[in-house]
Amino acid sequence: MAKTITYEEVVRAVAGLCQEANFYLGEDVKKALEESLARETSPTGRDVLKQILANIDIAAREQMPLCQDTGVAVVFLEVGQEVHFTGGYLYDAVNEGVRKGYTEGYLRRSMVDHPFLRRNTGDNTPAVIHTSIVPGDGLKITLAPKGGGSENMSALAMLTPAAGEEGVKKFVLETVRKAGPNPCPPVVVGVGIGGDFEKCALLAKEALLRPLGRPSPREDVARLERELLVAINKLGIGPQGFGGNITALAVHIEIFPCHIASLPVAVNLNCHAARHKSITL
Amino acid sequence: MADKYLTPPLTDEMVATLRAGDQVYLTGMIYAARDAAHKRLVELLEKGEPLPVDLRGQVIYYVGPSPAKPGKPIGSAGPTTSGRMDPYTPRLLAETGLKGMIGKGSRSPEVKEAIVRHKAVYLATVGGAAALVAGSIKKCEVVAYPELGPEAIQLMEVENFPAIVVNDCYGADLYEEGMARYAVKD
Repeated sequence: MAKTITYEEVVRAVAGLCQEANFYLGEDVKKALEESLARETSPTGRDVLKQILANIDIAAREQMPLCQDTGVAVVFLEVGQEVHFTGGYLYDAVNEGVRKGYTEGYLRRSMVDHPFLRRNTGDNTPAVIHTSIVPGDGLKITLAPKGGGSENMSALAMLTPAAGEEGVKKFVLETVRKAGPNPCPPVVVGVGIGGDFEKCALLAKEALLRPLGRPSPREDVARLERELLVAINKLGIGPQGFGGNITALAVHIEIFPCHIASLPVAVNLNCHAARHKSITL
Repeated sequence: MADKYLTPPLTDEMVATLRAGDQVYLTGMIYAARDAAHKRLVELLEKGEPLPVDLRGQVIYYVGPSPAKPGKPIGSAGPTTSGRMDPYTPRLLAETGLKGMIGKGSRSPEVKEAIVRHKAVYLATVGGAAALVAGSIKKCEVVAYPELGPEAIQLMEVENFPAIVVNDCYGADLYEEGMARYAVKD
């Protein structure tokens, strides 16, 4: 028998996630920042990391957003194919949850209605929603607020197969180097390789959701993650770009099969406030 | 690199004491403005009309705060990426007497040149440490363009607001110097 999930349940869950994700940074990110503080050699870089760590505690204690840029509400829905939704349209429920969460949580509304007319929608809707159908009768909702500063420094390239692993590495390094201080380093680097144009961009974003520092289960990909992390931290950008040896906290790579003619690669940068929270209904 | 304490309005003499890498603590009044407000200010300059705020000697903080909870002066209030203001900044420095900017991230060659020419300073505060930074903002009031929501121009009273000098009036750039110092060549 199909499991029933109501409109109201989705609204409540999404609203809760909006606040949770913006107030409480994951323990994995906090741990990575603490480890970075021990390894950073630049005095200014260490000061920055101390401020970032102090900010995490203040935000949690005061229930304030970690960053004033509480982001585009990026929502991943993993919908069990046995689930039946009642009481209204699922995407309306997600948007109502975002509206409720951002308004009641005193989170900043950062969405404008049109790329050129740019009128603030006033409630941070619409959310950017990615849906996948999975086996089972659950609904997993992940909310990942994405700030503009790091999103703006992200990039995609349609490489050709001859470029190979070296071409991919060069593009990732060049993207991080060009971004410099802008995406609020230390960053988390999400990389998608393969698929097609939009698939590799989505892979890059999904890579940011992996628990920080957990390597890819594929040894060849895990090796590339390690090599890129070392190379990125040799760039010298450092915390907030003031110089230092911690530019990235982690590199996460997701791969997918691709066309015989193509080697797409996407780099989605995330600031140190690498926010995402999930719930399963 | 030294600790400096500043209260706007800034003079040429005050700006001349600031060097890339200095830690600065600002106390007094600063303005908050970002993308949409900058666009409007420069449109007014183009039309030769007066600005809603007098920027002589003033400091603009590039910020769009999150809403204040009841009883609080402001929500979280970290810096936004300064580069988006680059198209407007040289004009503000040349025509309004603006002396300082606070944000995060690198500036264009045109802005850096204007900073030197008009004896101004560009400071960075820690991006994403927005709840921490909010603690040094004591009062906050919308003074122009309330319809812009988080992009309205606000006047903020700050106390020991922490920032680091990135671009000084001598042409130095902390981002470039810092990166060069810590880059590891294979």
